Amino acid sequence: MSTIGTITPSSLSIKDLPWQILWDKDKCTLCGRCTAVCPVSAIELGVFRKRLIEVDIEGNQPGGNVYKTYYGIRQKTAPAYHCVGCAMCTMACPNDAIMPMAGDETDKLRYHINQGGQPQRRGGRRNVPGGVLDRIKFIRISMLTDPALDAGRHEFELRTLLGRVLPPEKNLKFIRENGWIPPVREIYPLIIGGMSFGALSPTMWEGLQMGVAYLNEELKMPVRMCTGEGGCPPRLLRSRFLRYVILQIASGYFGWDEIIHAIPEMKVDPCAVEIKYGQGAKPGDGGLLMWHKVKKLIATIRGVPEGISLPSPPTHQTQYSIEESVAKMIQSMYMAWGFRVPVYPKISATSTAMAVLNNLSRNQYAAGISIDGEDGGTGAAYNVSMDHMGHPIASCVRDCYLNLVTIGQQNEIPIFAGGGVGKTGNLAANAASLIMLGASGVQTGKYIMQAAAGCLGSESGRCNICNIGLCPKGITSQDPRLYRRLDPEAVAQRVVDVFVSFDTELRKIMAPLGRSTSLPIGMSDALGIDDKDIADRLKIKYVV
Amino acid sequence: MCRLLAISSDTPVSPMVALNALDVMREGHDGSGVGLFLRGLGGPLEKMKDAPILSGIFTDSGIRKLDEYMLDQGFMTKYKISIKTPKTTPPGIPKRDIYLIRAYEYPEEWEEISDTERFSRLTHIRLSLQAMGNEKKDMIVFSFWPDTVMIKEIGDPLAVGKFLKLGDKDLDARIIMAQGRQNTNYAINLYACHPFFIQGFSTMTNGENTAFVPIREYLISRGEPGYTGFYSDSEVFVHILHYTLTHLNLGIEAYKHVITPLREEALKAHPDGPFLKQLKQSCRKLIIDGPNCVIGVLPDSTMFMAQDRKKLRPGIVGGRPGMYVFSSETCGLDAVLPDRDATADFQPMHTDTVLVKPDRREVTICQQSEPLPHLH
Repeated sequence: MSTIGTITPSSLSIKDLPWQILWDKDKCTLCGRCTAVCPVSAIELGVFRKRLIEVDIEGNQPGGNVYKTYYGIRQKTAPAYHCVGCAMCTMACPNDAIMPMAGDETDKLRYHINQGGQPQRRGGRRNVPGGVLDRIKFIRISMLTDPALDAGRHEFELRTLLGRVLPPEKNLKFIRENGWIPPVREIYPLIIGGMSFGALSPTMWEGLQMGVAYLNEELKMPVRMCTGEGGCPPRLLRSRFLRYVILQIASGYFGWDEIIHAIPEMKVDPCAVEIKYGQGAKPGDGGLLMWHKVKKLIATIRGVPEGISLPSPPTHQTQYSIEESVAKMIQSMYMAWGFRVPVYPKISATSTAMAVLNNLSRNQYAAGISIDGEDGGTGAAYNVSMDHMGHPIASCVRDCYLNLVTIGQQNEIPIFAGGGVGKTGNLAANAASLIMLGASGVQTGKYIMQAAAGCLGSESGRCNICNIGLCPKGITSQDPRLYRRLDPEAVAQRVVDVFVSFDTELRKIMAPLGRSTSLPIGMSDALGIDDKDIADRLKIKYVV
Repeated sequence: MCRLLAISSDTPVSPMVALNALDVMREGHDGSGVGLFLRGLGGPLEKMKDAPILSGIFTDSGIRKLDEYMLDQGFMTKYKISIKTPKTTPPGIPKRDIYLIRAYEYPEEWEEISDTERFSRLTHIRLSLQAMGNEKKDMIVFSFWPDTVMIKEIGDPLAVGKFLKLGDKDLDARIIMAQGRQNTNYAINLYACHPFFIQGFSTMTNGENTAFVPIREYLISRGEPGYTGFYSDSEVFVHILHYTLTHLNLGIEAYKHVITPLREEALKAHPDGPFLKQLKQSCRKLIIDGPNCVIGVLPDSTMFMAQDRKKLRPGIVGGRPGMYVFSSETCGLDAVLPDRDATADFQPMHTDTVLVKPDRREVTICQQSEPLPHLH
């Protein structure tokens, strides 16, 4: 701050910010790469004044002050330009001269990031590290009485079902009588959760699709990816790769004009249709694609003008009751593809999830339910929604599964769980826990972004600028200068790496439990936790 | 591991034959318990094939409770086999008051009812007696079914057989299933001893069913009153068998497709692929896991053996027309039928179900890759 400046309530010092830039003058070559790469312009060229005291040791001249200037990096303190800690400066610096460091106390920025009355909006996640899933252990280890299996050599059936499965008696009756048997997909239990074309950059989307196609066609792993709400590129809609795609329809119906018109030209059916009613990261709030990202391509696919923000309503405006209109919507979507494509709703985890589930259990078309917990991610949302709204996934999935057990429909309506799966890197362990709590499969988004594309987001408030299209890795940007940083081939390769390693880890969990013939859905006797209350709540074993 | 031995014979055989064979395989069990299932009874019970026989263990007060209850239900005792035990019990075998095998006359009003209704009522009576017995631990009821006797006891199989003098009794049978128990993860509870029984179906298993909990939850939610108990993770095998054959009206050939379905690639090549895929999906919760060799018998006295998906437990079938033996080990088979043609012995593998039909003419091998027989 200048000595003649004015202190306003929102005048902050570097210390008040969540991230402080450490810059080493000795190492800096003044190349300027850091200031160029910074997505939020948090740093700029700084001209600093320096006073030196010089003394003529021979005494010919009187000693005195010498004023010099030097150049370096200055961190801005205006709230609009605060450092987000992405550390792209560190990545770009040839001499490792610069690095953002997290402040040692709660920042003051949070009190001032609502300038103009606009509450903070951001992308990312809840920023609460850890969670129940990471604490769950697999305790039923096969020892002597039954041999543990060999994860490397034995045959494992790592498949799950997506679709309404009829009870056996009814199924056989319908086979005999040529009744309508709902479509059921046999898929890999780890789904890439809905991240829209628009929220993600074209290169990211292409990379994911290529990776998914490779997994299916070369490795025979039936991995599926959900589009999120943003439509689907026209060429993909008309390609044979559509069978690997779950099309999402949400309250803004973005992209569905294109999809509906492409139906007659589709070579194959999509895997499924997901009707999004809620998102774990911002439950009760609608989708949001901020104007920064609505470029020409996105606008075309979504059927909207360029450069306007696209907030989806929090709910489907045409629907007022689950009994009637949700059922109708599910049925209409079935009808669009001649009852050959499973249609299921996705909801946020909530204390009212059981009411939804019970309604779905009586709707013969509901092909499953996807439940998204509070630790899910988002491309854009209000901070308050992300940090304070939502329900943890573990107990929600468990309650729903046990409810299905009570009514005997645990095999009929598959539950897919998402929201924080692998949030601290333990993707397979978290997925296995949720499966054993009752999920038929899991959905993950953030982990894929981190592992397959190098997303910098973390559980400690790093980066989180997915919303404004400035993603420094080009993952969530629509600016070609940024998204060209991301090589789709490399993303595809990493997607394959992630799934192949996940597959091995899942076997490494299942094999010692003596499970291989089917996915251990609801195998709660294998789970334990060192907290009595959690154990009681989840109806698993308490172990210390 | 446990050891299993089952005999299917044209002429009645003494249960001691099976217990002797278990003793030959004693390295494979720890003598912690024995279970016997007898059907096609010879002796006096042969003449009353339709009379339901109650098998169980009772205390003196339990037997009074039983008599009172059965009288209330309108059942009259038709015949009973009393097992008198010596005053001192050998080590390892608990002291009991009465081992009961009692054939009843149906109440008159039962004459008009359908088989389904009769089966359901018989099951209801067995379950009621079990529940009554659980209160004061004075009644243990294994089965209540025509032409069926079950005996279970803690202790070494041969010692128990000798102690109960099973060889002297009129208990020779054409179908015998015997299990020598290796006590593992559950406390010794007689209801956890194999074989298990429901409405004419019985199975025993050498193994550990690691998918037990989800299967149990699914069976309980089927609304069939007999799917209860679950003292052992192997009890679900008999319930799945009952479910497959009575609720789904499928044949024994389909049982293996329910408990260990084929993988997708194999289903694509299967002549009944589309049907089996549907069956696999809708019966997904009945897929078993872990090492298991299942031996069972159907109400028509067809005997079968099926292995888990990886064939992790031993099992062998051999014999000659008129008598076949299913055993965990070859030495058990040798003990019963030393003079058979051993070259024709068969060890079922991971997709096989071996059947010996009631005519006992041959061993039939059904592979999962074969077409299912058409059921009409």
